Amino acid sequence: MTHADRATWTRRAWLGAAAALGTAACTRGDNRTIRFWAMGREGEVATELLADFEREHPGVRVRIEQLPWTAAHEKLLTAFAGDATPDIAQMGNTWLPEFVALGALEPLDQRVQASPDIDARDYFPGIWDTNRVQGRLFGVPWYVDTRLLFYRRDLLAQAGFAAPPRTWDEWMQMLAAVKRLVGPERYAILLPLNEYDPLVALALQQNEPLLREDGRFGNFRSEGFRRTWRFYLSMYEQRLAPPASSNEIANVWNEFARGYFSFYISGPWQIGEFRRRLPAALQSAWATAPLPGPHGPGASIAGGSSLVLFRRSRRKDAAWQLVQYLSRPAVQQRFHAITGNLPPRRSVWDHAVLAQDVPTLAFRDQLERVVPLPKVPEWERIATELRVIVERVVHGDVPADLALAELDARVDTMLEKRRWLLDRRAGG
Amino acid sequence: MKASRAGWLFVAPAMVAIAVFFVVPVAAALAMSFTDFDIYALADIGNLRIVGLDNYAWLLKTPLFWQALANTFFFVLVGVPLSIAASLAAALLLNSPLARFKAFYRTALFAPVVTTLVAVAVVWRYLLHTRYGLLNHALASIGIDPIDWLGHPQWAMPAIVLLSVWKNFGYNMIILLAGLQAIPKDLYEAASLEGASWWQQLRHVTLPTLAPMLLMVSILTMAAHFQLFAEPYVMTQGGPAQRTVTVLYFMYEEGFKWWSLGSASAVAFVLFLFMFGFTLLQLRVARYKEAM
Repeated sequence: MTHADRATWTRRAWLGAAAALGTAACTRGDNRTIRFWAMGREGEVATELLADFEREHPGVRVRIEQLPWTAAHEKLLTAFAGDATPDIAQMGNTWLPEFVALGALEPLDQRVQASPDIDARDYFPGIWDTNRVQGRLFGVPWYVDTRLLFYRRDLLAQAGFAAPPRTWDEWMQMLAAVKRLVGPERYAILLPLNEYDPLVALALQQNEPLLREDGRFGNFRSEGFRRTWRFYLSMYEQRLAPPASSNEIANVWNEFARGYFSFYISGPWQIGEFRRRLPAALQSAWATAPLPGPHGPGASIAGGSSLVLFRRSRRKDAAWQLVQYLSRPAVQQRFHAITGNLPPRRSVWDHAVLAQDVPTLAFRDQLERVVPLPKVPEWERIATELRVIVERVVHGDVPADLALAELDARVDTMLEKRRWLLDRRAGG
Repeated sequence: MKASRAGWLFVAPAMVAIAVFFVVPVAAALAMSFTDFDIYALADIGNLRIVGLDNYAWLLKTPLFWQALANTFFFVLVGVPLSIAASLAAALLLNSPLARFKAFYRTALFAPVVTTLVAVAVVWRYLLHTRYGLLNHALASIGIDPIDWLGHPQWAMPAIVLLSVWKNFGYNMIILLAGLQAIPKDLYEAASLEGASWWQQLRHVTLPTLAPMLLMVSILTMAAHFQLFAEPYVMTQGGPAQRTVTVLYFMYEEGFKWWSLGSASAVAFVLFLFMFGFTLLQLRVARYKEAM
């Protein structure tokens, strides 16, 4: 018995029993059926795209299994433990390092090189890079996601500014001016205390990485992170941002319409929400802009979903056909038309609909400057710790200058197992 | 001999069920609490390390665990008496000969217990809203400044207590009501013939007769309160500044969010020890009072 076999066997013995009651028993299709796990809205609409694929590939059937986003991560892990992973799945690109660590995913380098449909150079480099873990490619971007500024153009104009900020200094001036305009009862920007994305996006604009030595230690006491940290906290200190979580805001769109805040850092889905939920009179008053950086347009988070193949699948070739089909520019255009998801390929962006949609164009600009998050399985936990420490500083539980040392200490504890594994691998 | 074997045979199915669904998982969890089981171990069992009592030592060093413990104790110490007092008061009112529309009120007061917590949470989030909430509106009318119920570290747990008491008092109320109805009427008749006031009747007739039931209710309520999870999960996600992270919420995050199943198991056993200790204490107190 090889080491891997023994590991698999033991794992099955330990965890298989539990999972067998759930997922494993009910989901074995016949040989020509590909199982495709898709999440949320994408899971609902993917069927529409697949009719043509099945026509092109007679004999291949695709069965979509929809997962709600809230349960998706847990389902994938349980499926792995119970040896019931699908053939192909949509996966948030920040989850990739974790599933690579599990050994659940199939490397795709050779398949991509041989593929006529997938040209890596057509993809936004930051997004493509999120799929590279330990030097190998494990996913093909399906749609992209990043964070940038949504702002009230009318209030900014009243405060005396015609264009959105490009640097942190400009941004700070505008925030202060808006705050003077709206008075003490209202604010200039919303940075919810229960979200870490805005802070992480601004931290990615610095030159220093968030983790050091190949993700062995936290790097939050670095000068780069300190700059972001001071800038971010100053928005709370000067009462430009309410010290509140989004739970207490209750309805972000109503408050944005009331001018409770004028700047908001959010993602592409918000364009549709703003169009649907803001009153008609305000529709020309809001706009989007790329994130300002310390000295000019700044970077943001390379988010989104990728398509991955699973190592244990026995229908990888057929599943790869599906990945190629879904990556074609024409199919991506239809996908965008149905879902509003932003395509990861530049050639799709040149298409008329996307090229004319003003709020979306800021995303096109931002996507050229997106940076992957640290590729360690522990990242989400680290980011959560970061969020918590900001909240504690804002509420006065921890002094701002001591917080970063505490944060580094905690992150180092979380990465202890990773260091042990890396050292063991290097040693043996 | 034969009779005892038949007896074992009769309890065997139940014993097997208890062994499979209780003893084995508990033993496995105990074993797991001495390891660092996580996603790396899930990938390859060779990545599992036996760490002895390290998980427990780590817990004792983790400020969030102590915070969670303090939050849970606050919830238990404030919530349990409040909840039982509310249940008892409601049961007494419902049992009063003066009360009318008893069936209606009984149903209405019991309704929160059977309502889905998530739906309740949505309504309560609005009730507790700082600027638009009904509760702050009412406070403003008596001249109290608005309270940031769910956003202020100091007020979040009291808000959760409020919600939880409202949501759960109906259950104990029904149990206590049954107890009250079982008290023989002639005891009250005798007491009032002796000239006992309402308050004296309550102290010397109702409460002593109800004591076994109150003990049971308090043990059950305390056990439930130690396991507070769903309310902070849907209302505050542990915030603000982790003031509503409870021991169980901490365990959930360790185990199911971060997949540190080893340390999550350790949390479960520490919680068990606390609950066990408190239940013993309650039984002691009850027995001591009985002896008096």
